[in-house]
Amino acid sequence: MTALDFSTTIGNAWFPAPTFTASGCASSGRELAQFFPLRDMGGVVTKSVMSKARPGRPTPRMAETPSGMLNSIGLQGPGIDAFLAKDVPFLIDQKARIIVSIAGETVEEYSTLARKLRSVSGISAIEVNISCPNVESRGQVFATDLETSKRVIDGVRRTIGGELPIIAKLSPDVTDLVAIARGVVDAGADGLALINTVLGMVINVDTMRPHLGGITGGLSGPAIRPIAVRAIYQVHAALPNTPILGMGGVSSGKDALEMILAGASGISIGTASFGNPTAIMSIQSELKQLLTDRGFTSLKQAVGYAHRPEQAQ
Amino acid sequence: MMQINKSAKQLLAPIVSNKRVGQYHQIIINVGDVAAACKPGNFVAISVGGDSSRMVLRRAFAISRVSTSSTVGGTMELIVAPHGQGSKWLCSQGEGVVLDLVAPLGTAFGIPTEPVPVLLVGGGYGSAPLFGLAELLNSRGCRVDMLLGASTGSKIYAPMEGKRSVNSMRIYTEDGSMGSSGRVTDPIPEIIRDLNVAVIYSCGPMPMLAAITKISNEFDVVHQCAVEESMACGIGICMTCVLPVENEDGSTSMLRSCIDGPVMDGSKVLWDQVGQHQ
Repeated sequence: MTALDFSTTIGNAWFPAPTFTASGCASSGRELAQFFPLRDMGGVVTKSVMSKARPGRPTPRMAETPSGMLNSIGLQGPGIDAFLAKDVPFLIDQKARIIVSIAGETVEEYSTLARKLRSVSGISAIEVNISCPNVESRGQVFATDLETSKRVIDGVRRTIGGELPIIAKLSPDVTDLVAIARGVVDAGADGLALINTVLGMVINVDTMRPHLGGITGGLSGPAIRPIAVRAIYQVHAALPNTPILGMGGVSSGKDALEMILAGASGISIGTASFGNPTAIMSIQSELKQLLTDRGFTSLKQAVGYAHRPEQAQ
Repeated sequence: MMQINKSAKQLLAPIVSNKRVGQYHQIIINVGDVAAACKPGNFVAISVGGDSSRMVLRRAFAISRVSTSSTVGGTMELIVAPHGQGSKWLCSQGEGVVLDLVAPLGTAFGIPTEPVPVLLVGGGYGSAPLFGLAELLNSRGCRVDMLLGASTGSKIYAPMEGKRSVNSMRIYTEDGSMGSSGRVTDPIPEIIRDLNVAVIYSCGPMPMLAAITKISNEFDVVHQCAVEESMACGIGICMTCVLPVENEDGSTSMLRSCIDGPVMDGSKVLWDQVGQHQ
């Protein structure tokens, strides 16, 4: 029996395993490092970092929902300079592979962040989180508008040059996800992260007011997994050569395999790590076993396998 | 920036016993060597609901006491109020059920280097971790006095053996059904003056902790409080349990109560700004 080739690639970045943290679900990486060596997974996708330090939204920031949770953090973070000075060196020291996630309030802010990352060594790829309100367009989320999504990715691509792979993280809260996916790939994205959280809300029936300090929040966890599988399947059908980092409620190897069959080349784990700090490690070993059991000799053979024609095996 | 408790481990641990004590459940868990690493103030994050549960998040519970000399090995005691779905599930689990837990988590109560008089204030079942703390302070030669408060008598948690380590224990209920009638914070100024209290330790609802901070600031007494903020992970990765805390330079940081807490310096927490835009 040949050993399973578990590696994956996104653009020119190679990862020994297809398992990643989801941005915003691993803080700086220090906390999970207490439970397993960070180098044992594919890579760490860092919390989306912005130009300046941000306090984030008021509490309550969280509400548990059936098979999921709503969060409204508001991108609390130290800002890019402190992030590059403290967090990146720690991750490099841990021999973790790093995908830096960036977020901005203007098209220009994304380019500024990309400029700061251009000369940083030890980074495998950049995730561009475009699910942020655009202050120049009445707070409309970049990812819900084709033109601004393209402008953000184009700006980052021009700034960063041709070397570092760019992964555009898209929101499922759009009418035509495939059109936006195609647009950002044309603008220079090498890969796509699907899906960001789904906008939701909870009202406290005792206070009879919105529960979250931020009123609305992002829904994550197994509750949104079928939405993620659908999004990955549709986008992979339209753009079969674009690597997809799949995410949205993956909590077992079976869930990860489902997304890979739909067309994901890698899997990010977020909410599952909140419930279980070693979730990524168990998902990884379960996924290996499931692929082997089904006769795959490499992860890559399984990517998009659900799209094969009816008559094929 | 604080880091996760260096002793934190994930383990599968069986329940040794689960007894109803008034409105609460006393749950003893066999945690082996982990017991020795737990300090008063630390908490445990437990997976609830079983494999097919729709509850995806861990539940955080204060560790009320640990024992390392027990015949079953190291154990941990939790006092749990069956309020929400997760705590109800935990309270319904019997002896032998294996729990997936992460412990010890968070900061611990600081112990004075000198044997000074201290006051322990507990609200509702928030009093549970104070008894283990009282034993430790007592063993260091501190004079320990305790105040317990709740809305009504049935919500007071005060085990008989808990009285052994304290010099005095007074109970206050808002409806007067047990002890004196009134709020637990009412007698604090008088006690500080009479006993020359150097440190107040508190655990309970946030409004109580805020009220104690006002008094401790006025009398210039150290106030170490264990905060209660809802958490999704308990290990510092979700950023939901933050509190506004004043830095040395006067600026504000949103600190995670699971990493920088639960035990915090009450005078540094900006209680008025909790839940407000920064």
